Amino acid sequence: MSELARNAGIALAIARKDALAELRGKHATTSTLFFAAIVLLLFGFALGPDSRKLTEAAPGLLWLAIVFAGLLAVGRLHLVETDDGALEQLALYPVDRRAIYAGKALSGLAAMLVLGGVLLPVVAILYGIDLAAAWLPLIVTLLLGAIGFAAVGTFYAGVTVRMRAREVMLPLLMLPVIAPLLLAAVKATTAALGGDPFGELTSWLQLLAGYDIVMLIAGAATYGFLLEE
Amino acid sequence: MKTRLTGIVGLLAVVAAAIFGLFVVPADLNQGDAQRIMYVHVASAWLGYLSFGVTALAGILYLWKRDLRFDAMALAGAEVGVMFTAFAIWGGMMWGKPVWGTFWQWEDPRLTTTALLLALYVGYLLLRHLTDDPTRRATRAAIVGIVAAIDIPIVHFSVIWWRGLHQTATFGDPSKLLHPSAPPLFIIALMSMLAAFTIVWVYLMIRRYQLARIEWQIEEHGRLGRINAARRVVQPRPGASAEVRVEEVTS
Repeated sequence: MSELARNAGIALAIARKDALAELRGKHATTSTLFFAAIVLLLFGFALGPDSRKLTEAAPGLLWLAIVFAGLLAVGRLHLVETDDGALEQLALYPVDRRAIYAGKALSGLAAMLVLGGVLLPVVAILYGIDLAAAWLPLIVTLLLGAIGFAAVGTFYAGVTVRMRAREVMLPLLMLPVIAPLLLAAVKATTAALGGDPFGELTSWLQLLAGYDIVMLIAGAATYGFLLEE
Repeated sequence: MKTRLTGIVGLLAVVAAAIFGLFVVPADLNQGDAQRIMYVHVASAWLGYLSFGVTALAGILYLWKRDLRFDAMALAGAEVGVMFTAFAIWGGMMWGKPVWGTFWQWEDPRLTTTALLLALYVGYLLLRHLTDDPTRRATRAAIVGIVAAIDIPIVHFSVIWWRGLHQTATFGDPSKLLHPSAPPLFIIALMSMLAAFTIVWVYLMIRRYQLARIEWQIEEHGRLGRINAARRVVQPRPGASAEVRVEEVTS
């Protein structure tokens, strides 16, 4: 078996473990989704009741809700590893550290996709948006945004998980770094929903993809140092 | 002694450059006296970027050599850099109000990027503050510093795009000050302030580095003191309980 296939197997095993733990325990899914829905409702109170204004701001609000709820999700995925020294066990496995990073990022990606998949229809209902016309570019944007968020989130959750005041430190460190992601994702969503009159959708998606690649490489290269601690 | 001399020279140079920029160089025709802010603004922004460059480089060197002196260097870069960057943003806002008519100009990519830069490194300093173990702190800080440095060009690029795809900037561009068409006196004022600030920067970096080393020694001293105290406590009854005691006192 080749090295890459072996590492992919390890990453899948870690992601599967996280998914199983979540499916059986249901620690985070319900509360995180509910939190995101409340955030979207509150945005409505903050900007409404003028529905035109809400429709206009919808892409930004959607991605802010994804970011806030995503912070909880990626933090949670590392927090479960602190019980009973699970993180130390994980670090002791004689495998490539990049595979461990990939596994944790994969479960983060799954969480983000569930989050986005639920929030997109909620936004459509609450803010009056027609998703059907632009479903393909929206899914691509969501996927690329989720990959980037999971790549960065896994890294920073790993940094902060054993720190004092980690609940504050994770958003504090992570939010400035994902600013380009937020910007590009909101722009791509706006372009997709508006029928892309200026032909800028592809540029924003390329920026997102480039961001994802850079951050995945940076995360994979540095995550091993965190496990050494 | 040499460091102190650097500090004194830097201070005198800043005073001299300030007198030159305030009283010798004439006011700008369009921007008036507000333009004089640019002399300190450009200099501090440049040194902010330079400091964060030092932090990223020192972080890489730390991960490579595992020498805590590089970590002290990274700390010096981040702290001095945050100070200069905050000063640059403040100066930029003071300049923006009379010239642009607003403190904050979302269409200026430099301003937005620099604000995020400040947020990144304030976070970096907080991260250091909240980690007690020196090697753990150094490792965490190094990788966070490296990822922050990787993020900065992407932020800058995306913000330029964000504006570029929208509409072009219609307001004054600070970089035009460095344009050859600017009167030579303006350029001399800017360059002398830059030189003076750089000397001060060198002084601050050395002092912060030395301070970080002293802080580390005190930390280390305290740790060793606690371990030795624990050893003395357990000495009368040597045996299996000794290690447990040491752990209790040091943790």
